[in-house]
Amino acid sequence: MNAGTAESAHRVLGLTDAEHALIVEKLGREPNGVELAVFSLLWSEHCAYKHSKRLLARLPVEGPHLLMGPGENAGAVDVGDGLAVAFKVESHNHPSAVEPFQGAATGVGDILRDVFAVGARPIAILDSLRFGELSSPRSRYLLDGAVAGIGHYGNSIGVATVGGEVYFEGPYEQNCLVNAMCLGVAPKERLIRSAAAGAGNLLVLMGARTGRDGIGGASVLASAELGEDDAAKRPSVQIGDPFEEKKLLECCLELLDLGTLASLQDLGAAGLSSSAAEMASKGEVGIDLDVSAVPLRTEGMEAFEIMVSESQERMLCVIEPARWPELEAVCSRWEVRATVIGEVTTTRRLRVFDHRVGTGGDALVGDMPVSALVDDCPLYDLASSRPDGQIYPPPPRVLESEAPQEVLPALLGSPNLSSRRPLFEQYDCLVGSRTVRRPEQCDAAVLQLVPDGAAAGIAVSIDGNGRRVACDPYTGTVEAVLECTSNLACAGAEPLGLTNCLNFGNPEKAHVAWQLERSVAGMADALTALGVPVVGGNVSLYNESGDGPIYPTPVVGMVGSLPAGDRVPGIGFADEGHLVALVSPRGFSASLPGSELAKLHGEALPDGLPEIDIEAVRECIDLVRAAARSGGIATAHDVAEGGLAVALAECCLAGGIGASVVLPEPESSLAALFGEGVGRFVVAGPRPGILALGERAAPIGTVGGQSFELNGACKWGLGELREASGGLASAFG
Amino acid sequence: MRFGVVRFPGSCDEVDALRACERFGEAELLWHGDPDVKGVDAVVIPGGFSYGDYLRCGAIARFSPVMEAVGRFASDGGPVLGICNGFQVLCEAGLLPGALLPNTGRRFLCRQVELEVTSADTPFTGACAVGQVLSIPVKHTSGRYYAPPQMLRELEAEDQVTLRYRGGQNPNGSARDIAAVVNRARNVMGVMPHPEHAVDPLTGSTDGGRLFESLVAHVGGPVPA
Repeated sequence: MNAGTAESAHRVLGLTDAEHALIVEKLGREPNGVELAVFSLLWSEHCAYKHSKRLLARLPVEGPHLLMGPGENAGAVDVGDGLAVAFKVESHNHPSAVEPFQGAATGVGDILRDVFAVGARPIAILDSLRFGELSSPRSRYLLDGAVAGIGHYGNSIGVATVGGEVYFEGPYEQNCLVNAMCLGVAPKERLIRSAAAGAGNLLVLMGARTGRDGIGGASVLASAELGEDDAAKRPSVQIGDPFEEKKLLECCLELLDLGTLASLQDLGAAGLSSSAAEMASKGEVGIDLDVSAVPLRTEGMEAFEIMVSESQERMLCVIEPARWPELEAVCSRWEVRATVIGEVTTTRRLRVFDHRVGTGGDALVGDMPVSALVDDCPLYDLASSRPDGQIYPPPPRVLESEAPQEVLPALLGSPNLSSRRPLFEQYDCLVGSRTVRRPEQCDAAVLQLVPDGAAAGIAVSIDGNGRRVACDPYTGTVEAVLECTSNLACAGAEPLGLTNCLNFGNPEKAHVAWQLERSVAGMADALTALGVPVVGGNVSLYNESGDGPIYPTPVVGMVGSLPAGDRVPGIGFADEGHLVALVSPRGFSASLPGSELAKLHGEALPDGLPEIDIEAVRECIDLVRAAARSGGIATAHDVAEGGLAVALAECCLAGGIGASVVLPEPESSLAALFGEGVGRFVVAGPRPGILALGERAAPIGTVGGQSFELNGACKWGLGELREASGGLASAFG
Repeated sequence: MRFGVVRFPGSCDEVDALRACERFGEAELLWHGDPDVKGVDAVVIPGGFSYGDYLRCGAIARFSPVMEAVGRFASDGGPVLGICNGFQVLCEAGLLPGALLPNTGRRFLCRQVELEVTSADTPFTGACAVGQVLSIPVKHTSGRYYAPPQMLRELEAEDQVTLRYRGGQNPNGSARDIAAVVNRARNVMGVMPHPEHAVDPLTGSTDGGRLFESLVAHVGGPVPA
């Protein structure tokens, strides 16, 4: 390989000339083909976070319940009773845009492995999806494929999909978002880290054979913009096999229970290269790895292909040599392939051997310092600047009316607000016997930690709103964190930790860099105010196409603790005669710009949202959480997209019972009915429980009947509202 | 009363079924590779998946060693309950008539449905009354019960249809709203909905418990308080 082709090779693999020069300096020579392939992946945005690492340092990562923070396969929090909950969210955006079924399915497979890699049994999946407008055939195709893919993997492996969210907005037309979150539960002492240790210990590859699928996925798909030849990238998308993963999961958990494993790591982006380098780096050791020992799916794979393949359903572990018979016995019982492919050394180098090409030293086909691979990738400061005005075009106008009587059904029928039933019914939300509140029963999914066990449980929610963040990256992100906290509060849960997935466009563009900086600042400030740490997450950049960047979309997932699962309020109004009250923060006023109604009216996105008084919102969140825990209320629902009227209608629909509500003067404007802003809640219950909430909870009406009456001026039958909200079914044929 | 719950590679509701059984008696898992039901009083073939079901649901599981033992157990009159994938396995194994085809909606569907008990003259429904309504969830992609018209007539003539989806709630296009059937000898039942997911008031209804109670009463063991 001469210098000329080497230079073009590194560019093809996504490395800059300066990065290539740095690799040459670290190695003291030109990298060979294997080394260049490994470096190109480990130094990709997806693995090295080179454009985001410095920013992410702003996020709080300490908390009283934290057991494992960022850097491990998944973060973990202490939920009491000797149990830990591990969780993480990750994106599979570009693979899903290229092949939605397998892209979404393997996104679920990936995040499940991250969770059982730390020793936790996966118990729940949530997903956060974004597509272009539902009127677009491409969006419906992607939606259908992604939902089927998520269901295929989660249902088949037997992990309940308990919640999620989906929005449809023009800027996601070419670049959809598929973020999957998984949480798992483990006895605290079973949590395991991925650091390799003990020179002479064996490196064992478990699970599926290695094939050519997913070659270069991290660099080809995850770290570059989408273009017109995306169909040609399909060979870069991995294929999922949930049956293989189910066996691998049970096998790994049994090995962990036996104490067989010294460390465990999943194979995700960049395959063996990344997993081996990460394990060696964390353990401050070296690894010798023999690619000729790796079981292959296809004959004749080259060494570099084996090192970078992203074939699914594989795990890497380190064991003491004496433990091999024990590991072999368990793997054989579960019919899981296990192969020794290397050993731990003291060299602090990742050395790759290929005994198909030679023996002894001649077999050495790659030799790289671990620190160069993991720590020396250059980090970039973002060159950011605030754009001059709003960069996104106004959404198409689809609603003319401004009459509340017509606006409410239009909002309930809009793709962003309509019932998610046609979607979540495609997911098994029950397997595991932990699901205390199913989708659309409560703002957060509620799970008992031990089936049939004590009443203690957890609540979990995943949230994000790209359009609001596009209006104001700082405030929109604060809203996302507070919204997620609000959802937990409606179940009575106190947040223990947060995982995030930052979905943004190309960070090398100044306006995207600005969105990213402001968004992270908002997340940091909101989390600091709430005292909630980030336990880990994922950054997905370069989400853009020829039409421009996606809406900036930070997605947050939170897990909260719940003292008693049996008295969790629901979204639905419960009983005739219950008092309805509106909890709202001091000084709050709802606003229409950037709202769902503004979207239906085709109004331009504002350049900024009203500032949020986080403390005032927190006061309401604390109030609702305490009320939910007290058992004094039957209904709690946060007022989110579509505003107060939509929230009330949702309470009626979920409970199958109507309500009559009168808002105090002068609260009858469109802004009062449909304006948005975080921090308000609808609560309902027996009169004493509601009146006990104090001045922040203003009584506004009574539950009863089969219609929803508002201000004595508008009235909708429940049947009419239900029909309006049922529109999403048509998207699934 | 001791239940045995079969575990195939890829089973995913087997632990749920085990825990449900433990509410009503003793229970243990039966490994697919052992040709032995270990002297249990009733066998449950659980829901979920078996061997990945990439070929056809239940098509591989029927050849597993444990199914030989289940076949012998059934022919000796032992009660066998197949839930969802277990129903599919029992049909594939020829222990139950008919077959389960892909849902008319072609998609996986998870939903709470109401069932009507149409025969109480079985070990699985003996604790129910004919006409009683049970709220139990379904979750499956291939749950559309099918049998040729002549076989359907025989099933009904012989009172082999034990549970039907209530009017308007047939979730998958099953023939004659059939949700569960028994064999001619009435000791093998397949049920598409998941009774093991309806035994805890905290996570939904407790109506699925009637099937387990029926089995306990049939075998004659004491029902725990």
